[in-house]
Amino acid sequence: MTQVLSKSPAVSIKNLKIALPKSAERPYAVDGVSIDLIPGEIVCVVGESGSGKSMCAHALMGLLPDTVKTETGEVLFEGQNLLKLDESGWRNVRGRGIAMVFQEPMTALNPLMRIGEQMMEMFEAHDLLTPKERRAKALNLAKEVGLPDPERIIRAYPHQLSGGQRQRAMIAMALALEPSVLVADEPTTALDVTTQAQILKLIRNLQRSRNMAVMFITHDFGVVADIADRVVVLRHGKIVEEGSIDAVFKNPQHDYTKALLAAVPSMHPPVRAPLDENAKAVEVIGLDKTYVTSGGWFKPDRRVQAANEVTFSIMQGETVGLVGESGSGKSSVARLVMRLIEADRGTVRIGDVDLTALEGKALREQRHRIQMIFQDPFASLNPRRRVGNIISDGPIARGVAPKVAMDRARELLGMVGLDAGALDRYPHEFSGGQRQRLGIARALAMDPEIIVADEAVSALDVSVQAQVLKLLEDLKARLGLSMLFITHDLRVAAQICDRIAVMQRGVIVELKPTAQLFAAPEHPYTRELLGAVPGQSSPSQAA
Amino acid sequence: MLSFVAQRIVKGVFVLLAIIVMNFFLIRIAPGDPAAVMAGEAGASDAQFVQQLREKFSLDKPLPEQLFIYVKGVASLDLGFSFRQQMPVSKLIAERLPATLLLTLTAFAISLILGITFGTLAARFAGTWADTAITVSALLFYATPIFWVALMSILLFSVYLGWLPSFGYETVGANYSGLAHVKDVALHLIMPAMTIGLFFMATYTRMTRASMLEVKRLDFVKTARAKGLRDNIIQRRHVLRNALLPVVTLAGVHSGTLVGGAVLTETVFAWPGIGRLLYEALLQRDYNLLLGVFVVCSAMVLIFNLVTDLVYRLVDPRIEFAS
Repeated sequence: MTQVLSKSPAVSIKNLKIALPKSAERPYAVDGVSIDLIPGEIVCVVGESGSGKSMCAHALMGLLPDTVKTETGEVLFEGQNLLKLDESGWRNVRGRGIAMVFQEPMTALNPLMRIGEQMMEMFEAHDLLTPKERRAKALNLAKEVGLPDPERIIRAYPHQLSGGQRQRAMIAMALALEPSVLVADEPTTALDVTTQAQILKLIRNLQRSRNMAVMFITHDFGVVADIADRVVVLRHGKIVEEGSIDAVFKNPQHDYTKALLAAVPSMHPPVRAPLDENAKAVEVIGLDKTYVTSGGWFKPDRRVQAANEVTFSIMQGETVGLVGESGSGKSSVARLVMRLIEADRGTVRIGDVDLTALEGKALREQRHRIQMIFQDPFASLNPRRRVGNIISDGPIARGVAPKVAMDRARELLGMVGLDAGALDRYPHEFSGGQRQRLGIARALAMDPEIIVADEAVSALDVSVQAQVLKLLEDLKARLGLSMLFITHDLRVAAQICDRIAVMQRGVIVELKPTAQLFAAPEHPYTRELLGAVPGQSSPSQAA
Repeated sequence: MLSFVAQRIVKGVFVLLAIIVMNFFLIRIAPGDPAAVMAGEAGASDAQFVQQLREKFSLDKPLPEQLFIYVKGVASLDLGFSFRQQMPVSKLIAERLPATLLLTLTAFAISLILGITFGTLAARFAGTWADTAITVSALLFYATPIFWVALMSILLFSVYLGWLPSFGYETVGANYSGLAHVKDVALHLIMPAMTIGLFFMATYTRMTRASMLEVKRLDFVKTARAKGLRDNIIQRRHVLRNALLPVVTLAGVHSGTLVGGAVLTETVFAWPGIGRLLYEALLQRDYNLLLGVFVVCSAMVLIFNLVTDLVYRLVDPRIEFAS
């Protein structure tokens, strides 16, 4: 460690101040931040949304949005202050001196250009090599980042690759000109947990073999634990704590760091009270669902089996978790259970009622019993309707008098921890966490017996996530609800679920009480998933 | 891809058949009797003569039978006989189609080239006076009725300035040949083509501008900047190419109307195209000619739609034919 610290920094950010536009909540996005990036070291900049961490990353590349302005400070790189550079000066540094990997590899790649062409652009931008040499280089890079069948991949378009492959391609691109500094802005946030583990390993290996200085932006303390040498904790644009990974995780000094660390869900499931096994709230028997895309006349249809013989039940007052990676079919199962989509085969029973056998009015009368909370708190609320309407629409459709429904909406807002004044406001006036509370109030307005929460806390910051999870637990106990909780995050599942079903390619491969599943996973896929959860090998273990 | 084209052609045949049947009955529902019109013009409107005319042109047969005869004819590319012009309909259309295609394709090219160029410029200089000037003039061309632009340009360029011929396809009686003929037609083409072209140009300008501003904000443009690419390469390769996708869609929709959509312009400029043929056929209750023009226009729409889909596949690799 001392050896590392004695090296001179590759990049020094000194007292950086980035001013926000006048209308913003606070004057500075980044307020007096100083960070040294040292060759061979990974610095994790952590913070919640709005902390200014992404701004720091973009400032290093001269890619700040036009709406903000660098007010004071320096970014020193190879003896020059980057903030003083003109556009052509910046172009020299970008890609060659400092390279960047972005969060969402799908949108960060041009959909109309082949992967290889996009890699070759790196050399073209700096007038290096002949086109033929560029192609050979691209091929080598694809090999170096472990892309399978590199010949095919460099001729492929982004949509033909998996998420992990796209991010590998992005990394290959960033490394093309052997930059001394790599800026990675939440590079694994959009990836599945097993893919994330691989990408983290890749970045770690490349950084070591090339002795790069890496600035790694993330909100995930598990990821920090796995990859960081040094941690910088940002809040409202200011550094609240900074130090080696051991120091910050084992002995956090600032209250905010402590709170953040405490909010990270633990991998150890709490002890849960036993439930009455005879009182079933939901019974799902042998659900099958295959999506068929017509292949045309001369091609076979494409079939994706989203649910294959899916069978489980939820006891009254129980939370059953449905975990798995993207494409495993968990969201399809949630929609099948709610009958938002039709199953090919199988039965869903709510209490004594066979939901799959009902049609029309009879089905509509049962729908209020099972309600959903969605993942995206922005897309799931109609932006043109007031909160009061959003919450009371459902009950009014069921025949409740508007006034009564509105009174109930007011009551529900209180229950989910929001002010009654929210009734007259529009969804965009609320933060992500508040919107998710609105989503919960909307679901509860229908007096449901069962809540289906589809990645309901995945889009939230860790501290907000902890609050919403607690709210869900409280409401469940108070109202005697049962819950189907869909998540890709095993830490969250550990905290909230009584039992967990692990899904892979439409099949439930393992279904067990939570504690048992974490203590003794049987199926290889369950073991793989649990092994890939970041932050387990860290000094602080459960973070 | 072949399977896709084959599928589309077969589907297209059915669509065309449905269009023929619908038009066939629609035209018959409209008031007016072609036999009576013809007899009237011939100066002999007694019942017997009218009846003779009806028999001659199979107008006395029951409608389904007339339809059957017509569809059978279309299958062998025989669009019937125009009673008024005393010529096969297919020959009439074949004579007029080149002029219309020349006019509309030129207009189409003008609108696309100018529209995309101005749209790109407006997006590049968004918020400046250049942007405002382009946007406002585009809106002006879009909002002004096409026939009025036509009449005013005739006044200005033909009557006052005398630069351009005011009507027709070529100078009557001049009998130019070779390059002189091309130049003569080109001079006649300028005004009508510009009139249509400027109207559509406005939509492409606005679409390109909006689309480019949207694409500019996307992540991969930031990636391109992070590579150190020069701005003009980013604009052309990353922004413009992606921004053109909705423009291609819109152009595809417009291209379908190219053949039948120039009625007004062709009438004002006395351009000897399909549009004017249609207009005349309508006035004269020339059933077969009307139907023939409809069939050809519909077939063109189908063909242009297929071409659009193929072009779309070329510019966007994400589109797959099968689905």
